[in-house]
Amino acid sequence: MKRYSVFAVAREALRYHSGWERAWRSPTAKRHYDVIIVGAGGHGLATAYYLGKNYGITNVAVIEKGWLGGGNTGRNTTIIRSNYLQDPSAAIYEKARGLYENLSQDLNFNVMFSPRGVLMLAQTQHEIRGYQRTAHANALQGVKTEFVSPQRVKEIVPIINLDGPRYPVLGALWQARGGTARHDAVAWGYARACSDMGMDIIQQCEVTGVRVEGGRVAGVDTSKGPIDCDKLGMLVAGNASVLSEMAGFRLPMESVALQALVSEPIKPCMDVVVMANTVHGYMSQSDKGEMVIGGGTDGFNNYTQRGSFHHIEETVRALIETFPMVSRLKMLRQWGGIVDVTGDRSPIISKTPVGNVFVNCGWGTGGFKSIPGSGWGMAELMATGHSSLTEAFTIDRFKEGQFIDESVAAGVAH
Amino acid sequence: MSTRLAKQGRLIDRSQPIEFTFNGARMSGYEGDTLASALLANDQMMMGRSFKYHRPRGVVASGAEEPNALVGLGNGDRFEPNQRATTTELFGGLSAQSQNHWPSLDFDVGAINAKLSRFLPAGFYYKMFMYPRSFWKHVYEPIIRKSAGLGKAPDKDLIDADHYEHFYFFADVLVVGGGIAGLQAAKAAALSGAKVLLIEQTANWGGRAPVDGGTIDGTDPEAWIEQTLAELAAMDNVTLRNRCMGAGVYDHGYALGYERLSDHTPGEPGPRHRLWRIRASQIVTATGAIERPLSFAGNDVPGVMLAGAMRDYVVNWGVTPGQRVVVVTNNDDAYRTAITLHKAGVEVVRILDARPAGGGALMEEARQLGIRVEPGRAIAKVTGGKRVTKVAICAQDGEGGAQEDIAADAVAMSGGWSPVVHLWSHCGGKLIWDDAQAHFRPDATRPPLGDNGAGFVIAAGSANGAMDLSGVLADATAAGSAAAVAAGFAAKDATAPVTSENEEAPMLPVWLMPAKADIKLRMKTWLDYQNDVKVSDVQLAAREGYESVEHTKRYTTLGMATDQGKLSNINGLAVLADTLGAKIPQVGTTTFRPPYTPISMGAIGGEARGEIFQPIRKTPMHDWHQANGADWEPVGQWRRAYAFVGSNETVEQAVAREVINTRENLGLLDASTLGKLIVKGADAGRFMDMMYTNMMSNLKIGKCRYGLMCSENGFLIDDGVVARIDEDTWLCHTTTGGAERIHGHMEEWLQTEWWDWNVYVANITEQLAQVAVVGPNARKVLEKLGGMDVSKEALPFMEWRDGQIGGFDCRAYRISFSGELSYEIAVPASQGQAFWTALMEAGKEFGVMPYGTECLHILRAEKGFIMIGDESDGTVIPQDLGLSWAISKKKDDFLGKRAQLRSHMADPDRWQLVGLETVDGSVLPDGAYATGNGVNANGQRNVIGRVTSTYHSPTMNKGIAMGLVHNGRKRMDEVIEFPGTDGTIYKAKIVDQVFYDKEGEKQNV
Amino acid sequence: MLILECPYCGVKAEESELHAGGEAHLKRFGPGSSDAEFHDYLFMRKNPRGVHFERWRHINGCGKWFHAARCTTTLEVFGTYSAQTLEPPQAIRDAVSAKRPGWSWRDLK
Repeated sequence: MKRYSVFAVAREALRYHSGWERAWRSPTAKRHYDVIIVGAGGHGLATAYYLGKNYGITNVAVIEKGWLGGGNTGRNTTIIRSNYLQDPSAAIYEKARGLYENLSQDLNFNVMFSPRGVLMLAQTQHEIRGYQRTAHANALQGVKTEFVSPQRVKEIVPIINLDGPRYPVLGALWQARGGTARHDAVAWGYARACSDMGMDIIQQCEVTGVRVEGGRVAGVDTSKGPIDCDKLGMLVAGNASVLSEMAGFRLPMESVALQALVSEPIKPCMDVVVMANTVHGYMSQSDKGEMVIGGGTDGFNNYTQRGSFHHIEETVRALIETFPMVSRLKMLRQWGGIVDVTGDRSPIISKTPVGNVFVNCGWGTGGFKSIPGSGWGMAELMATGHSSLTEAFTIDRFKEGQFIDESVAAGVAH
Repeated sequence: MSTRLAKQGRLIDRSQPIEFTFNGARMSGYEGDTLASALLANDQMMMGRSFKYHRPRGVVASGAEEPNALVGLGNGDRFEPNQRATTTELFGGLSAQSQNHWPSLDFDVGAINAKLSRFLPAGFYYKMFMYPRSFWKHVYEPIIRKSAGLGKAPDKDLIDADHYEHFYFFADVLVVGGGIAGLQAAKAAALSGAKVLLIEQTANWGGRAPVDGGTIDGTDPEAWIEQTLAELAAMDNVTLRNRCMGAGVYDHGYALGYERLSDHTPGEPGPRHRLWRIRASQIVTATGAIERPLSFAGNDVPGVMLAGAMRDYVVNWGVTPGQRVVVVTNNDDAYRTAITLHKAGVEVVRILDARPAGGGALMEEARQLGIRVEPGRAIAKVTGGKRVTKVAICAQDGEGGAQEDIAADAVAMSGGWSPVVHLWSHCGGKLIWDDAQAHFRPDATRPPLGDNGAGFVIAAGSANGAMDLSGVLADATAAGSAAAVAAGFAAKDATAPVTSENEEAPMLPVWLMPAKADIKLRMKTWLDYQNDVKVSDVQLAAREGYESVEHTKRYTTLGMATDQGKLSNINGLAVLADTLGAKIPQVGTTTFRPPYTPISMGAIGGEARGEIFQPIRKTPMHDWHQANGADWEPVGQWRRAYAFVGSNETVEQAVAREVINTRENLGLLDASTLGKLIVKGADAGRFMDMMYTNMMSNLKIGKCRYGLMCSENGFLIDDGVVARIDEDTWLCHTTTGGAERIHGHMEEWLQTEWWDWNVYVANITEQLAQVAVVGPNARKVLEKLGGMDVSKEALPFMEWRDGQIGGFDCRAYRISFSGELSYEIAVPASQGQAFWTALMEAGKEFGVMPYGTECLHILRAEKGFIMIGDESDGTVIPQDLGLSWAISKKKDDFLGKRAQLRSHMADPDRWQLVGLETVDGSVLPDGAYATGNGVNANGQRNVIGRVTSTYHSPTMNKGIAMGLVHNGRKRMDEVIEFPGTDGTIYKAKIVDQVFYDKEGEKQNV
Repeated sequence: MLILECPYCGVKAEESELHAGGEAHLKRFGPGSSDAEFHDYLFMRKNPRGVHFERWRHINGCGKWFHAARCTTTLEVFGTYSAQTLEPPQAIRDAVSAKRPGWSWRDLK
């Protein structure tokens, strides 16, 4: 693989960029792989990457129904934070955040991780207590956060209106090393690195069946023919239920739409990510200048990647309350993704009832920020059978009544 | 230069001059101008700078598709960035500023990027700025961010001076687009009797037809438009709205209309924008077509314009963008521009027709006018900085050699027309590639599907690929009739008007000009003008493996500018397909997302902002609280007084005063927000036993019982005092936030599980005002008011009676959330304020003071009572809180019982509620965790407990707290450590959670 | 933006009037059930691509719960019906069959 650098760009400029290689190969599938990963989104590609990097397992295929990075990896609002309340969540999100810090150098692909800081506003007494609790928990989890005053909030975000007549800002949970990254680049960077390790990324290849022999996985049937494998990892946000049923087991989750929107680009006016959970909206400004805005999920099972407009109205209304100047901006584009949501709204990263089949799904609205940590833990689980990062996220927790509930800390949206 | 012509200009009123400013310079135009036409009339061709290279940008289109002519409009609290000059109607005093340059439009430092463009190809930033690591945050990104964005951000403290509204409309047929297709479709639909809404995004009806010529029913199109509009206006079942854009189509016939009411008359009373939320049985999209640019080097130089747009400027606004114009085309339509220009006295120096054999009748007409037409020829390159100066021409079928230079100051280009399929596609309508016209058009066999599974969108006219006058009107007639029939109306004989026009020769797809342009030319050939994406960029993306159209779009940013690719998508797609050696339909298209063009956030938000952002719920005594120092706390949509703050005290001092006074004298709490649900019916007792963990069916009439409710998943969700009213009636108190939630919870179980039970639930929260009369003097004040017997004997603890107090009909409960002698008295809501006033008056001699929610919290914490949301958080079961006594062992079933048998919940090794007392009397920090030994497998400190409530107790003058601690009830007197976020380690002793009046004597007097 | 006809009040209700309540026709498992039964009852929701039966409440309307038969990939509504039923009535199943021959949902066909 030719390394990317400013020198490489300069060299190529002199020959009109005719010498760039493909970022990833486009191979035909072999008959057998040690590991098949279904889903070439961020989670699937990251899992493959760390299987290779950490465990030397490179006879790997990543199979993708559409185009790589084309699911929720390319549809989210790119927020990265790890200020979670519960220990297992904080562990995996902080692992992810830490890996994001060096991901560009690790992958030699600029994913533009921007630790610009994340503010979560407290607008009720209850939220103040919730975020103070999170701040205390984070301190013991090794996650650097602090609860800051309204005045500090205004310094960090000059466009905010602290004194909204309905829900004045009473403080905020501040994670200075949270931020954003370029979502597509995360998928592309991992894909390029996987391809460079000799892994096969097979796009436009839909899995139509999972072959199980003697209680263990034998391979998958695809639109491009059957492929055998020793281990199978399923990382298909939104479609996990469909795939698990092919393997003969069910997952405790439902698929719903999550929407987002962007404004037209304007000159930089907000350098951090702000989340306002009482009024249900969050916003950041991309490096292109667009205000990137999101809210909560729609309520019903849905596979259309379209949401309902009244949710957009509610989100925009919340942001106008929080940042009145937003009223004079215009919505450029809205879109939706399909997220899968479990009974406690935390993910499942687990072995399954079928031998050597592993599942990683149910990230709900929190998928993007977890990608490197999720991939790291999933790779460990698939390679060794155990990972401290993932062990709390088993399928079995629902049977035992041992949930990982993040909503308790007043935190709603991701 | 661009100037106003002496004649022409069907939309302007030359008797009404208008003054405006552009970058501070005074200019003038006419009523009816757009900002773009007025700027052109003032020879202001350059209107902005591009995003990436800061290249000079002139207006290229005349309507919604314009990517270049974006300005900041207005001042102060009416400033708005990124307004399209082409869709901005001119008004007196308009003030516009061009964007994305420093220090000025003419001289822009950022234009250095254009010189470096060779080093900044598509995706360059993915390959650079990585080393050293810290430079991204501190060096690279700040620079990139500095150059980010297009328009100026509104002022940080801006409060929008305008207001907005939402409007509902229900239609049988919604027709989007007021051109001739929309008018005809609306008419055909309306004749059937269907309720029709016709919306048009501009101020003017008729679309392009008056500019394009031909005849309809023997008259010129303008006359036909006027007559048809009059016919529609006369029909009761038709609603017409101009300046109202079809912004989006959503599931089940939902559509958004975006009406700009006063953008052209700023400051006028009334809303600025109105968002129409439309439900239509059928939607006809008569949204027209957009002309495509041609891809030749220098096609972004100001003065290069779409041929149709140039014709618009001449015919509609009497403006010519240039004096010496080269027309370049691959179809016949551009000849109309040449002919129009020629007839207006503008020199058309050459028509370059890329088709080897040229065009049809229109070409002949142009030749007869003396215009030089060259078939098979192309533009090799346009030269000029801020304005076209020279056009080099060559053979289309070549590499761009053998050039001939022509002096010119404007170029009119036409690469063919693409139907506007956005609204068709928003909700899943599929497209089909039309080889003959080289465009995507709606595939009528795969429309968006409505709730009944049938299509609900029909495309009409040029939006459906019908590109000539007769075809447009025939298609629109059929579409309007079909929509009416699909909406359930009998079709009337709508007939398409008779038309005449020039027949056109077939167009020829031309995706690169000249066909084999070399790399140096391709690096100067723009696809996306605003985002600076060139042919070479798309080709690079394809070579690097970004083969999917979505990859290419995202890698190059093609089509991601504010025009969302209206001009660039098809051309980019064609280049991608060509590079991959695939056919265009195989490569496919990107997804069209709402809105069609950007719509204001203000309109999306609507009326609900500021005070009316959400409904405010007020208790009957709200105004009294407001007038008496209430420091408000939002609790759900309620406002509750946190404390009543006097003029000489802080909030903390007020809270302490309220606590002491209530303990020593008399306090009044407005408890009206507490939920009050009536559960009634023959099976109400059985139902109550399912809802509550306690036994409620055996509660005696006249008595009260504290009850807990759990979810089916076992977790504590609410608590409150239940009163048995009569044989088949219970009254349930819920938490303030719980009334609606618990009401819904009960209804859900009643309607969907135990629907054969005879039980009714009513939420009477707002019917009553409720006052907690608390403190040693509580009985005295009630006795002074007089009425019912409130003695210990007549109204014992945990009982209730109906009666009168001070002449008010009331229900008095002897319940206490404070540990004091306490009555909660409910009166009809309408009597709430009067009753409160009577209590305050009568209470004066007993030291009455109102108290707020914080005092309430401290009083209950001193008594060790739990608070839903503090001690519980959705992960806590009653057993954790020492409330096993409230969980019936006798009942076979209640919600949560089965769940609490699961291994993790039945585990005796859980965190348990205890009292916590700091060793030094200080207050434990809210939310602090207690640490155990060592770290877990992920390196996190092990924790053994956490604080759930913590206060300074004014009564005991020390910190008190409750918390959940691992095996807490077995660890009394143990001292555990709570690290604060301030670095302090707080040491606290585990104690009984009841700090005050442990025997409970005070409430029982 | 769905429209569902409330079978109680007859209103063609806007989605903003409605509250989605998840899978319909759940059989409750209480005390005495196995861990597996209880787990499946609480968490194992059908999540099909295609025909689905689900609960809705006309929350900003008449307040009644009702059931809808709907397609999760096209959002087509096959019909709405009473919440006081243990399984979809024949008329609803016929309506689904007319549009999606060969459909199945749990053990229904």
